[in-house]
Amino acid sequence: MDIMPKWAEVFLVPLISLILAAILSAVVILAIGENPIDAVSIMIKGSVLSVRGWGYTLYYATNFIFTGLCVAVAFHARLFNIGGEGQAALGGLGVALALLFIPWPHWSIALAAATVAAAAFGALWALIPAYLQAARGSHIVITTIMFNFMASGLLNYLLSNSLKPIGQSDPATAKFNAAFDLPTLNGVLTQMGYKAARDDSVNITFLVAIAACFAVWFLLWRTRLGYQIRAFGQSETAAKYAGIKPVRITMIAMMISGGLAGLMAINTVMGEQERLVLNAVEGAGFIGIAVALMGRSHPFGVFLAALLFGFLYQGGAELALWTNIPRELIVVIQALVILFTGALDNMVRMPLERLFLRLRKPEAPPPTAPPPPGPTRPDHTPEGTVKEA
Amino acid sequence: MPDTQPPAIELRGISKAFGPVQANKDINLSVKRGAIHGIIGENGAGKSTLMSILYGFYKADKGEILISGQITHIPDSQAAIAAGIGMVFQHFKLVQNFTVLENVVLGAEDGALLGPSLSKARKELTALAAEYGLDVDPDALIQDIGVGMQQRVEILKALYRQADILILDEPTGVLTPAEADQLFRILGRLKEEGKTIVLITHKLREIMEITDTVSVMRRGEMTATVETATTSPEALAELMVGRKVLLRVEKKPAKVGALVLEVRDLKVTDDKGVQKLRGISFDIRAGEILGLAGVAGNGQSELLEVLGGYQKAKGTIRMNGEEIDLTGRHSDAQSRRARGIAHVPEDRHREGLILEFQAWENMAFGYHNDPKYQKNALMMDNDAIRADTAEKMARFDVRPPNPLLAAKSFSGGNQQKIVLAREIERNPDLLLIGQPTRGVDIGAIEFIHQQIMRLRDEGKAILLVSVELEEIMSLSDRIAVMFDGQIMGERLPEKTDEKELGLLMAGMAGEAA
Repeated sequence: MDIMPKWAEVFLVPLISLILAAILSAVVILAIGENPIDAVSIMIKGSVLSVRGWGYTLYYATNFIFTGLCVAVAFHARLFNIGGEGQAALGGLGVALALLFIPWPHWSIALAAATVAAAAFGALWALIPAYLQAARGSHIVITTIMFNFMASGLLNYLLSNSLKPIGQSDPATAKFNAAFDLPTLNGVLTQMGYKAARDDSVNITFLVAIAACFAVWFLLWRTRLGYQIRAFGQSETAAKYAGIKPVRITMIAMMISGGLAGLMAINTVMGEQERLVLNAVEGAGFIGIAVALMGRSHPFGVFLAALLFGFLYQGGAELALWTNIPRELIVVIQALVILFTGALDNMVRMPLERLFLRLRKPEAPPPTAPPPPGPTRPDHTPEGTVKEA
Repeated sequence: MPDTQPPAIELRGISKAFGPVQANKDINLSVKRGAIHGIIGENGAGKSTLMSILYGFYKADKGEILISGQITHIPDSQAAIAAGIGMVFQHFKLVQNFTVLENVVLGAEDGALLGPSLSKARKELTALAAEYGLDVDPDALIQDIGVGMQQRVEILKALYRQADILILDEPTGVLTPAEADQLFRILGRLKEEGKTIVLITHKLREIMEITDTVSVMRRGEMTATVETATTSPEALAELMVGRKVLLRVEKKPAKVGALVLEVRDLKVTDDKGVQKLRGISFDIRAGEILGLAGVAGNGQSELLEVLGGYQKAKGTIRMNGEEIDLTGRHSDAQSRRARGIAHVPEDRHREGLILEFQAWENMAFGYHNDPKYQKNALMMDNDAIRADTAEKMARFDVRPPNPLLAAKSFSGGNQQKIVLAREIERNPDLLLIGQPTRGVDIGAIEFIHQQIMRLRDEGKAILLVSVELEEIMSLSDRIAVMFDGQIMGERLPEKTDEKELGLLMAGMAGEAA
């Protein structure tokens, strides 16, 4: 039985973590002589109180949804994919190759092509570590980290040699065909008569990200493959007993995971930069880990967590713009949020569980499960745990 | 009888709750010095919790502990050891690649240098061995000695720490009958020397055999404490369960039919190159139960894994006359199920269930490819699975009959019923069933045994693997005994006894049956 009710598990724990991170951030801001309340209001004003702010917040959130889903899907198969960074970078390569050489007739077809290419490249980049884990027992954390470096090296080479137009000095591809430009929020608003400031913010990829959230939910909880992935993630021994093939599931789950990371590239490479540059991923692959942790590996949770991190990113940029808080400190604040919501989850959870236990004891209402009719038996708890002690 | 000496252990009003679960309710217990006291009860009755409180693992919410008449506060196991309490756990806590001597000293070293502690321990170990008949080689590595020996090391560890009171938690679970008898002799010696022994078990026979007094626990309460001589197994079983129980299954004569399973010269070698099965052959016919007896770890698990389809093997297996693929593409659990083999695995937590999954998700486990469970090419039909689960839960009397409850929230017996319902309701030709009643309460044992019998009487072939000899004896139509990856012999239950089976289990060869 669960000690805490579900709402506490899902909302209270992250909320308290967030508040703790905010308090600590406030202390840091105070320590360098700035006003934390001003800082917060600048962050909010710059990220969610204007159309422009929303544009950027959602743009960042789109990235984090993809990389968060990437980590979440792997988590369900009990695989820790920290190679989202590299898989997204390869996704970018896929997008560039799809858009540089083929004259697609319309941006929507180009988007479809880029989506397929991005997913395929990300998936293939995840497939190698997956195979090494499943068939050779090389730990996926190690291999995916290594593959991040290899991805970065590969793109570095390609961009400064093969893909760079002759005569250009910076390591990047040529601009994609302007016909492939994706519709942006600002663009849509301009057409509707609103005056929009700039065009490089949230684009239609955000809708693709929402569709991806739904697709991941559907996959995990409505399909046989998702069932097998979750079963394998819960217990490999049981999966074998049931005839679920570990090698196959590991590879499929990692390909889906890598594919999702790769999709991020349509937002950055196709949507924003409109060409492939070095380091197009900008660390979003790693933020995805925090997003998945905070979102408890559920697509809806990932969506909310990605919005939060989008807000932190955009708010942080505003902070650097309007205050004396240095850019580095903003990274510190973001890191604090990641630390509290992701890594220090149990620090908040344990006291909270104790609190719930104490609240419940005097009245002793039934746990989340209805009590068995007839004799109530405290079976699965004490005895089993003692033997392990 | 009047006694001037204070009891070795006295518990007064011990209560302990885990959240809403009251594991111990106002427990009073008094154990006389120099007695063997049994504590018996079903899984989850609170025996282990109570002993954990006594050993300092848990803190009681209420109540007090008196050791030799003194109120004693036991916040941790160090305090328990200081109070003269020693505990032998069901799962031994020994370092496999340390010697016996090193294990005995571990945690009781006198200083930073090991030398003096070890030589002191060596002397003391020799003395203890002589005094209690606890012979062990102090320089043997734990990984090289048998379970019976390992258990002695655990007892020696406790005695080395000057334990006066020895608590043994299910000590015979891993022993052959002969080893168990040896253990009981040692316990007898310890008792003669004035040690107090608390024996936790769910086996009525052991209680009757060696205890002086026995306490029965049910649902966190101490329901009775009686002199063993004045009670009977039936009376104790009734006290444990709270109603009359049938201790033996009703067994009609077997109507044996066609050959279902043929196993010839089956060999399994594990990753480390150790041979786990060394050429096993046997047959099972329709309508009969072949019981596979043996101490855990002698190849039974590997045999079930091979038949279940998730362990590669050499040799031949024929199912209904057709040869089964043992190494190739069709050597997986799905193909076995398609052949009409159902499998209730030995360890339902490790294999049979996904504890975090809800009951309905578990009901589809292993049968997730069943067309009946699919809505279309893409989706599983969750509603159909839930309906099917509700029906099966009702038929197998799973409580609570709620398909939406996580598997971990059911009691051991009800978890086992979920697995049984899933496998038996598939109407298999062959049922593999490992440790059907491990960690299952007596009431559920009765039900599970009846279900196995029903399946046999319907003309199915059943391979029953169990470490409980009583279970093997009462259910099987034929008994095969495994030792060290081989079948030592086959016996008919009515023409053999526990002693003979015990010898076979210990590897004393009988003539092949």
